Amino acid sequence: MSSNAITVPAVQIQDRPWVDKLHQWVTTTDHKRLGILYIASALLFLVLGGVEALIIRVQLMHAHNDLVSPQVFNRMFTMHGTTMIFFVAMPILFGFANYLVPLMIGARDMAFPRLNAFSFWLSFFGALLLYFSFLGGSGLYGAGNAPDIGWWAYAPLAARAFSPGHSSDYWTLAVLASGFGSIGTAINIIATIVSMRCPGMTLGRMPLLAWLNLVMAGMVLLAISPLSAAQIMLLVDRYLGGHFFDTQAGGSAVLWMHFFWIFGHPEVYVLIIPCFAFMSEIIPVFSRKPIFGYPVMVGATVAIAFVSMSVWAHHMFTVGMSSYANSFFTITTMAVGVPTGIKIFNWIGTMWGGRIQLRTPMLFSIGFLFQFLIAGLTGIMMASSPFDWQLSLSYFVVAHFHYVIVGGILFALFGAFYYWYPKMTGRMLSESLGKWHFWLFFIGFHLTFDVMHIPGILGMPRRIYTYEPSRGWDTLNLIITIGAFIQAIAILVFVANLVISYFKGATAGNDPWDAWTLEWSTSSPPPAYNFASIPVVASRRPLWDLKHPEDPDSRYE
Amino acid sequence: MSAITTSFPDAPRGWDLPSRGKVAMASLILAESAIFTIFVVAYLFYVGKSLTGPTPREVLATPIFYTICLLSSSLTIHLAAKALQRNYTRLFLGLLLLTIAMGGLFLFGTAQEWHRLIYEHGLTISTNLFGTTYYSLVGLHAFHVTVGLIMLLIVALFGLAGRVGIKQSERVEVLSMYWHFVDAVWVVVFTVVYVIGR
Repeated sequence: MSSNAITVPAVQIQDRPWVDKLHQWVTTTDHKRLGILYIASALLFLVLGGVEALIIRVQLMHAHNDLVSPQVFNRMFTMHGTTMIFFVAMPILFGFANYLVPLMIGARDMAFPRLNAFSFWLSFFGALLLYFSFLGGSGLYGAGNAPDIGWWAYAPLAARAFSPGHSSDYWTLAVLASGFGSIGTAINIIATIVSMRCPGMTLGRMPLLAWLNLVMAGMVLLAISPLSAAQIMLLVDRYLGGHFFDTQAGGSAVLWMHFFWIFGHPEVYVLIIPCFAFMSEIIPVFSRKPIFGYPVMVGATVAIAFVSMSVWAHHMFTVGMSSYANSFFTITTMAVGVPTGIKIFNWIGTMWGGRIQLRTPMLFSIGFLFQFLIAGLTGIMMASSPFDWQLSLSYFVVAHFHYVIVGGILFALFGAFYYWYPKMTGRMLSESLGKWHFWLFFIGFHLTFDVMHIPGILGMPRRIYTYEPSRGWDTLNLIITIGAFIQAIAILVFVANLVISYFKGATAGNDPWDAWTLEWSTSSPPPAYNFASIPVVASRRPLWDLKHPEDPDSRYE
Repeated sequence: MSAITTSFPDAPRGWDLPSRGKVAMASLILAESAIFTIFVVAYLFYVGKSLTGPTPREVLATPIFYTICLLSSSLTIHLAAKALQRNYTRLFLGLLLLTIAMGGLFLFGTAQEWHRLIYEHGLTISTNLFGTTYYSLVGLHAFHVTVGLIMLLIVALFGLAGRVGIKQSERVEVLSMYWHFVDAVWVVVFTVVYVIGR
């Protein structure tokens, strides 16, 4: 705390009966509470999806293992993928966006608080619907089953004939419900950022987190909607006897692939752009320098969003497209690397010459930079269609996209947790547990996903439930599984840190990191109305201006 | 609890941001356009690929009158919103009811066409690819018309109760944006189904 301009007393928490508290949480329209609900529900499903991953890993630990049957194995990877994308990654990022965007742009709430609550409950009930399939998948008579058609549900696997019972219906309805929830949230984020900024907060002064979430929300509108449309078509096929994806009536299975990946690839950027946003807030604060190349960062983000809309069919090189299509999608996919590279250089440029503080959020950010770079490089390798013909549907691909999602997205999210937890709870997360968490997760991650590239190159296909001992994949798979358990232990350390620090953590104060954006100008946790008087800003770093009236940023604009 | 004492600078003059209702409706329209695009792509992709009849050429009749109804209703809702802006409440109500009547007429036209296709030509959603794509695309549009009509009816009921005045004109404009979108989609659907698809 270097400023005496900001004096906010801690919020007094009144003790109420737990029924009252529960009622308040369930009926809340406060963006901060909804943000926390999003994050908490995502953490719950992160544990469930993680348990499914561990089951997959134990099954593949050595050749001819029979922990689970092939049928159960199929359910596990389907549920793992669907859960992690739709009910962990999306909601947790929406949760942070919900919590932070209004605070950072100096607003008292989102543009549409009730739509906000509706969107959350829609995606939460979508998740419950998906998990109810474990009970109701075959219609509630005895043993049920979960969806087992893979998270992309290719036709004709998803057709009635090959997927009897209700398991695939639960899948499609869950994804549809969460999709509508996502569209609602995206509309809300856009309206909030466009129409609710505090006076003086021009677009050029907006924190990069708000900018990047604006781009992300725009991408959600254009990427999730095609998925919803495709789910409606699948429902027409399954319930009304339609023929969209029914090859026997002239329908096309490849059309589903196109529709799915028109959603599926931009989705990767929907998930990673908010993580870029975290990096663009955390790295400057812990380098004690303003972000390097702010306008270029915004431009690069918009460029990524634009180009990523035309790369989807690189997931389909092995389907047998024309050579023109292959060339086009190879070129566009490689082109995405350019703006992404610009961003990485900008973050390094921010750190360059800075007074770097290696606190836990910064550790995770540096881990992100390093791992996201490698994930991008394997992505460039597979963008080349001949190379992809060799490695598509192998464990190389699995290693690549887990490098993006775990090494990139999850590391950035952990950084965000350590950075904003003090704001959300008023308590600091423990640094020593945080370091344990980081190093354990870092070691486990690299043990699992670095090694996973190798069986892929050796020819191990994804989604097989076991393999022959003669292939020479045993030791590699054992190492991968050990790494997965180390990551699980790291997650337990993280959860312990969240719980212990909530009760025993050091008091955070308003501004524990000496940061520059508006959320740190109010109390921790912020009052329901966020700001007693709506702030007015004159530069990109309003709190710097407050703390350094002798040399404000606004002088140089 | 004392107030937060911060020394933020003074508010700049003329800080005016776009209306959140219009921004949100524009965003919704963007999302809806993406949904319709996928259905239109599926329709065009499957034109002429049905393995069995009936084909569009055999059974479809161009609904010119009902199309004129729907497109005209865009004009009436626009004039209604303008009338409300100038506080001509009765003119607004008249034009709104006219919009609802023409929208309703359009839905009636769709219903009539579907009835004819089902009972005279035996074309249902499960008959062939044409049936699947036709009923999905036209049905998705008709669903949006229905939602629009319900919202217009709610406004009309409040209007008849004398509760819609110049204060609500921005909300009516947002609704009018949605109705224009539904009309614009019909132009695309009409072109795809009745012009290109035959």
